Amino acid sequence: MATETHSADAASSGGMPQLDFSTWGNQIFWLVLTLIVIYFVLSRVALPRIAAILAERQGTITSDLAAAEDLKAKAKEAEAAYDKALVDARAEAHRIVAEAKAEIQDDLDAAIAKADAEIAAKSAESEKAIADIRAGAMEAVKDVATETAQEIVSAMGGKADGKAITAAVDARLKG
Amino acid sequence: MAEAEGGGLVFKPMEQFEIKSLFGGEVMWYTPTNTAFWMGLSIVAIIVLLVLGSRHRAIVPSRSQSVAELAYGFIYKMVEDICGKEGLRYFPYIMTLFMFIVCANFLGLIPTSFTPTSHFAVTVVLALAVFITVTILGFVKNGAAFLSLFWVSSAPLALRPVLAIIELISYFVRPVSHSIRLAGNVMAGHAVIKVFAGFAAIAAVSPVAVLGITAMYGLEVLVSFIQAYVFTILTCVYLKDALHPHH
Repeated sequence: MATETHSADAASSGGMPQLDFSTWGNQIFWLVLTLIVIYFVLSRVALPRIAAILAERQGTITSDLAAAEDLKAKAKEAEAAYDKALVDARAEAHRIVAEAKAEIQDDLDAAIAKADAEIAAKSAESEKAIADIRAGAMEAVKDVATETAQEIVSAMGGKADGKAITAAVDARLKG
Repeated sequence: MAEAEGGGLVFKPMEQFEIKSLFGGEVMWYTPTNTAFWMGLSIVAIIVLLVLGSRHRAIVPSRSQSVAELAYGFIYKMVEDICGKEGLRYFPYIMTLFMFIVCANFLGLIPTSFTPTSHFAVTVVLALAVFITVTILGFVKNGAAFLSLFWVSSAPLALRPVLAIIELISYFVRPVSHSIRLAGNVMAGHAVIKVFAGFAAIAAVSPVAVLGITAMYGLEVLVSFIQAYVFTILTCVYLKDALHPHH
């Protein structure tokens, strides 16, 4: 290698190996070969592949965005449906409560009416019983008074006139 | 260690650019040389990055696939922004240029490696390929209307012939500046690093020299990418001129 260097030095005695035109043919040959190889590698393999990757990514991003948009719309729909169901359920609950209340009120009214009627009947009966007792008591007082008056009259030695005594007792009781 | 061999400092900053046969012998046009080896490595690097990196075709990219997609998107967007939709037909060519230059530049940053893009032979071929392709494409797409590129219709009429001459000259200077910019930048950076490395043999200044190497290396990393970027973007601009020659 050392001798090689020496001869190259001698050839490019100008100092710049760049201006040693004896090597230009060699460089140009290898350069053209290199460029052709690179060009084919790039245009046949690398660039189409990278372009496909980028296109695919773009497609994926676009479709993902569309899917996300879709899901968002669906979520909104579901929310609306949920809200509607909630409102419906609430209304139904209100209705059921009102119905139940009305039913109970009806039952209650009927029970109260029945109880009132029973109470009225019972009190009428009682009043009648009291009136009877009072009438009975009057009768008893009359009898006792008449008997007592007769006894008193006989004890005083008189002859008891039944009719007169009864009339007198009656008159007294009325007065 | 203070003195280099031979009683003085020996700077051979250009030695690194010599084209050598890999297996000895004369350098013929078909000889496998160091430049062929490093060009081959850049092919390998491109295959590893773009082909192996994307082999999983993952929707969520791995690290290497991200880099491949980044490189693809970077150049694709550049072509689309500058040349428009019809420029995308030429995207693989431009991607080829960019990937080759960027890989060759970065592989050339490995110490003791060789940088094919530091040679005018390489950059001149790249630039001429762009120049000739663009010129032919311009005439094929637009016919004689391609010449309106040199006729600045927005300028005052009296100035137009003068501008046409200037435009014509600048058009033909394009491949020269296009090629020398790339090779010059890469070569200069590598040569300066080598000069710093020569100074590092002197103990007194070696810390400074090592710092200088470090700084230059950082700059070279930047230059490696920027020059590949500049070469590619200029290619796009020239291509745009061919597709839409009207100012």
